[in-house]
Amino acid sequence: MLHTINKSPFQSDSLSTCLRCVQGGEPILLIEDAVYAAANRGKFAEQVQGQMASNPIYALSGDLKARGVSSLIDGVTVIDYEGFVELVEQHQVNSWL
Amino acid sequence: MEEENVKKIMHIVRRAPHGTIYTYEGLEMVLIMASYDQDVSMTFLGDGLYSLVKDQDTSEIEIKGFMKTLGVLEDYDVEKIYVDKESMEERGLTSEDFFIPVEVFTSAELGKMMAEQDVIVPQ
Repeated sequence: MLHTINKSPFQSDSLSTCLRCVQGGEPILLIEDAVYAAANRGKFAEQVQGQMASNPIYALSGDLKARGVSSLIDGVTVIDYEGFVELVEQHQVNSWL
Repeated sequence: MEEENVKKIMHIVRRAPHGTIYTYEGLEMVLIMASYDQDVSMTFLGDGLYSLVKDQDTSEIEIKGFMKTLGVLEDYDVEKIYVDKESMEERGLTSEDFFIPVEVFTSAELGKMMAEQDVIVPQ
């Protein structure tokens, strides 16, 4: 299962609820306002960093650039739309809206 | 219906009941899918739990509410109603607060069931 999140963690409980439910090894993709969770500062950075021990975390390049989010948590993989499509091809999707 | 045509479909309800139309529209979809004999379940997470609370009276806000719709899910063979234990505890809710029977699972258990679905429908 691929988990996609599109809300800022400061606005919505999507990130925290997803992190409670996610199974080991399942990828998490941050898109739209959720890319703020990939930034290496702020109150969610530590939790996201810790989650990478069990889950690969991706963030969408265009959404990061559009928001000027450039200092990322170590280990977050930045992907473009092509990479997004590849992930969707490989997994069922659970969208945390 | 042949077994291979039956898909496991989980609807995830995460929003409080009357502030948006998500849960109203989502319930319509649940009933439609159930009428096609699919393996439909509903998982209530976060503020979605408030949809299940007893004694909702929407008459003064002049919308129909969906207590009746949730009440007939059983007649449509939608019997897999799952609730997140952590969300209950955060909100001080117990199973006694709900007007339909639910099964309570931890987030990790729910995540495992999500991983087994063919389709997840977020509401």
